Amino acid sequence: MISKENVKQVASLSRIHLKDEEIEFLAKDLEKILDYIKKLEKLDISSVEPTSHALPTKDVFREDVVKPSLSQKDALKITQNKEKGSFKVPKIIE
Amino acid sequence: MQLNTLVAHEIIDLLKAGKTSAKDVYDSVIDQIKNNEKQIHAYASIFNNTEIEADASTPIPIAIKDNICITDKETTCSSKILEGFKPPYDATVIKKLRDSGSIFVGHANMDEFAFGSSTETSHYGPTRNPWNTDCVVGGSSGGSTAAVAADEAIWALGSDTGGSIRQPASFCGVVGLKPTYGRVSRYGLIAFASSLDQIGPITKNVTDSAMLLNIIAGHDENDSTSTKLPVPDYTKSLTGDVKGLKIGIPKEYFIEGLDDEVKAAVLESIEILKKRGAIFKEISLPHTEYAVATYYIVATAEASSNLARFDGVQYGLRCIPTKKRKTSIIDLYEETRNVGFGKEAKRRIMLGTYSLSSGYYDDYYLRGLKVRTLIKNDFDRAFKEFDAIITPTSPTTAFKIGERLENPISMYLSDVFTISANLSGIPAISVPCGFSKNNLPIGLQVMAKPFDEEMLFRISHTFEQNTDWHKRRAIK
Repeated sequence: MISKENVKQVASLSRIHLKDEEIEFLAKDLEKILDYIKKLEKLDISSVEPTSHALPTKDVFREDVVKPSLSQKDALKITQNKEKGSFKVPKIIE
Repeated sequence: MQLNTLVAHEIIDLLKAGKTSAKDVYDSVIDQIKNNEKQIHAYASIFNNTEIEADASTPIPIAIKDNICITDKETTCSSKILEGFKPPYDATVIKKLRDSGSIFVGHANMDEFAFGSSTETSHYGPTRNPWNTDCVVGGSSGGSTAAVAADEAIWALGSDTGGSIRQPASFCGVVGLKPTYGRVSRYGLIAFASSLDQIGPITKNVTDSAMLLNIIAGHDENDSTSTKLPVPDYTKSLTGDVKGLKIGIPKEYFIEGLDDEVKAAVLESIEILKKRGAIFKEISLPHTEYAVATYYIVATAEASSNLARFDGVQYGLRCIPTKKRKTSIIDLYEETRNVGFGKEAKRRIMLGTYSLSSGYYDDYYLRGLKVRTLIKNDFDRAFKEFDAIITPTSPTTAFKIGERLENPISMYLSDVFTISANLSGIPAISVPCGFSKNNLPIGLQVMAKPFDEEMLFRISHTFEQNTDWHKRRAIK
């Protein structure tokens, strides 16, 4: 059972401010989807290793060589909220 | 002759023979867009190309899914939260296409952040199926497949996380390839689920698919998951010969819910390949029924993490709550994400966050990863004996717009046959294999072992040589 409190807690972890009506339908939706996912409980997975990547990838190393990269000016082109070469945000520390 | 209805390799032949120009080809595509885009809505944005380079090697007009970054062109994942975002760099596939002389027609519409199977969750509104505008195009690369089906582009790029190239290709009667995970660089593809995402070609026939993969495939130091394996010339696998190839037909794909017309078309396709000498045998992929549930754990968990970067600080939209007197950084995140994300995006971020959160991690996320192992093992076992596996691409033809939007599970199930390839990392292609009585296209899916795209091309090209489904045009 997914309660409205559950939804509010997950929304807060997800950093989404939900409206009241959204909390209500998301509780129902998540309930239905999680119920569908329950079918996985039928399987015995006690001796199965998890797969996070389907194909074998190991740590990939390369030489530590300095190369041209995106300039600060170009990186900041994507925002109007900038000051002194940085992204500008509301006060973080009171 | 309408140039925009031709395939890329025919156009290149004409260009070489001096019988047409790159500008004429581009103009024919723009004319088609002028006449049909209002009904179809394949594009999220259309670019202004004023200078067409005359002597490039492949000056083919291409549609690019709206989640692949092009320098200074609005790239939004068809989401409000990325409104106005113009990337300061090119995705690696874009760089490669630029080198070949490609002309970018526009960014193709998609389900918001590729979350969907119908291109209805786009912030810009749905794309309509060129074969019947009351129907969906499939998704999430529905704008790309619609552009190709409606001859509003010669070919296109999509991305496939659980079937997002193959399912809409099937619904639109075009060829869609999901390459092996790692075959194509994902650098500059806005991430949905990083262990599943792969960029691939959407084309009018198999030859074009091989040609486009030739252009975009290969290792990239900016994507550490891209493979260093050499890239073969894929057009060399278009031999028309399937004699002696062993192909498995998984019984779990011919189940209740599979449309009769789709089933009949797929069985008929198998007969065509049998006549060319392929050997078919029924096989079992016993964990097939768990694929959708597994996918919606793994994909949403990865998505909830990947989409954390859309917080109003750097890209696109920034919203500040109006009621509060003082705004904290948290208020900025929460309000931006509330206003910027659509319904399905919120649903998936919430689901992913839930399954990763403490107390639920073992029951959901970890369990999902373990079942993923079982699904992958099914394929590993099958490919020890078989060269390829053939299935329907989707259980039905295109459904009506609006029909499944309010029922997420029924929407998710339209990807029931495509998801396993992403979970297992293997390559898979969808090719047109028939039409329903209502004149809606049906797709045939071929799957092969990792990095054996050549096998897919060999089989699907042979099939195509002996049918003419791919030659039908949606818009006369």
